[in-house]
Amino acid sequence: MSTFRFFAVAGLSLCSIAVIAQESPGLGELVSSDELAALDYAVLPNGDGLPAGSGTAVEGSTVYQQYCFACHGDKGSGGINDALSGGHGSMTSKSPVKTVGSFWPYATTVFDYVRRAMPLSSPGVLTNDQLYAVTAYLLFINDVVDENDVIDAKSLPDVKMPNRDNFVWGYAPGT
Amino acid sequence: MAEFDELPAAGNGLLDRRFFLRAGVASGAALMTASASSLERQEWMKGPGAGMSEAGAPSSHESHVVRASIGSLTGTTGTGASRTPLQLLDGIITPSRLHFERHHSGIPDIDPDQHRLVLHGLVERPLSFSLDALARYPMVSRIQFLECSGNSGASMAPEPAQGTCAALHGLVSASEWGGVPLSVLLEEAGVKPAGKWLIAEGADSAMMSRSVPMDKIMDDAIVALYQNGERLRPSNGYPMRLFLPGWEGNMCVKWLRTIKVVDQPSMTKDETSKYSDLQSDGVSTLFTFPMGVKSLITSPSPGLSMGAPGLYQISGIAWSGAGKIKRVEVSADGGKSWADAALDAHVMPKCLTRFRSAWRWEGSPAVILSRATDESGSIQPTRETVLKGRSTAAFYHYNGIQAWHVAENGEVTNVYV
Repeated sequence: MSTFRFFAVAGLSLCSIAVIAQESPGLGELVSSDELAALDYAVLPNGDGLPAGSGTAVEGSTVYQQYCFACHGDKGSGGINDALSGGHGSMTSKSPVKTVGSFWPYATTVFDYVRRAMPLSSPGVLTNDQLYAVTAYLLFINDVVDENDVIDAKSLPDVKMPNRDNFVWGYAPGT
Repeated sequence: MAEFDELPAAGNGLLDRRFFLRAGVASGAALMTASASSLERQEWMKGPGAGMSEAGAPSSHESHVVRASIGSLTGTTGTGASRTPLQLLDGIITPSRLHFERHHSGIPDIDPDQHRLVLHGLVERPLSFSLDALARYPMVSRIQFLECSGNSGASMAPEPAQGTCAALHGLVSASEWGGVPLSVLLEEAGVKPAGKWLIAEGADSAMMSRSVPMDKIMDDAIVALYQNGERLRPSNGYPMRLFLPGWEGNMCVKWLRTIKVVDQPSMTKDETSKYSDLQSDGVSTLFTFPMGVKSLITSPSPGLSMGAPGLYQISGIAWSGAGKIKRVEVSADGGKSWADAALDAHVMPKCLTRFRSAWRWEGSPAVILSRATDESGSIQPTRETVLKGRSTAAFYHYNGIQAWHVAENGEVTNVYV
């Protein structure tokens, strides 16, 4: 079968036994689409993988105060952990301040990361609406969207982050 | 026996790399007089010793050989790093208990019977693999290094930070990694032609994720189950992790849970906002994957002071994400002259290589350096070259030449040259 792979250890001119061939045992179990839906957290910059739901910065402010404020401070700065706002235009300065607004190239990354990892002590507690709302709030405090803009699977990929055009790739596919 | 001849190889006392291989070295070294009491029958020789045990542990006299510079973000216990005590080790294998750690939300306590690896996305057949199933696949094992791309980031600071090799460069380790080639599993699932990348995700509470190009996966990526002959330690991804030889550590996703085949990178938090390289012109480079050619003198080094003037071994490690180490040069005069170091027998691709030089230290202040060259011809750059064009906030992918200053009293400190 084409899915089988054969291992070949060849070209060992100094060895008398040169070939070990083994078939893949083919032990993977098929996963249903329902099961996949439960485990698929991947989000792409084009919006692939974003779930249903929506939220605005106004709604997100409440979520932020409850779940994020303690570590990230008032309006995303001055907290004990990473600053999430400010630093705009500082990347060419002597003291760049990397935040969601000043540095992150893609808005979809905000949703993706918060859904995976935040709040730190209890990731997974936020509903999709809450996730869109707090994403909207983080974009709002960085002057990227307006307070009442509805953020959802359709609008989020269209949000252009301020630092978006300042990235190049160090990897060239196929090299 | 003929009088031993110390062949000079470079300035300030560096000797020919074959020095240690020659007969009669002992006659050239200072003779120490043993104190009489240490030669008598010792207390531990006056009765049978301890019995056998199910698992060994280092000597109680080696309790100082532990991971160092352990730190976690404010308010967290598992969002940070611990570092390998490179200056206290020799050879190339890092004992598993001393392998560096870098976690993004702690170490999950995974039940291996419940854990599954799922391949999905642009595949013909989404598949799930249990640990028992994976253990039945043909495996490969290789001795290779793993380096966090934030390793040595302190060397970009304006003033040289003072600390041991562990504190400054301890986010690199080497192990024998054994596991199943990921290409075999992906062929079983059937990758669709549009599948050019995959997103690897861990089962930690941050579901740490990275995008990896498919050509690397098909080249030499494995789903590692074994480290140094035993199942992975929890701190290294038990029960399974992605291992990408030579590429930055963060991509070698621990506690591997899902692999989604996609047509473009996900642009996850860690591959954009963290492990990217900011230049002074404001442009940042994403996806600097292979770790650059690098070396480091681990002895002498800060915390390992020199004793009386005399004959010393300079020893260290060299590695490159591009392949084998071809050459390591050592200088004892701040880089004015260089001598080839001897390489230990085990020179393997994308692995630590141990180098050694003989040094006749006359007791005057000296600056010692090492410089590695890999089989692709890349030469380890100077600090100045690495920093050229980089932002003051740049932190990742530092592979510049490390200089140690040896003072007259034998104390070793970090310096820039």
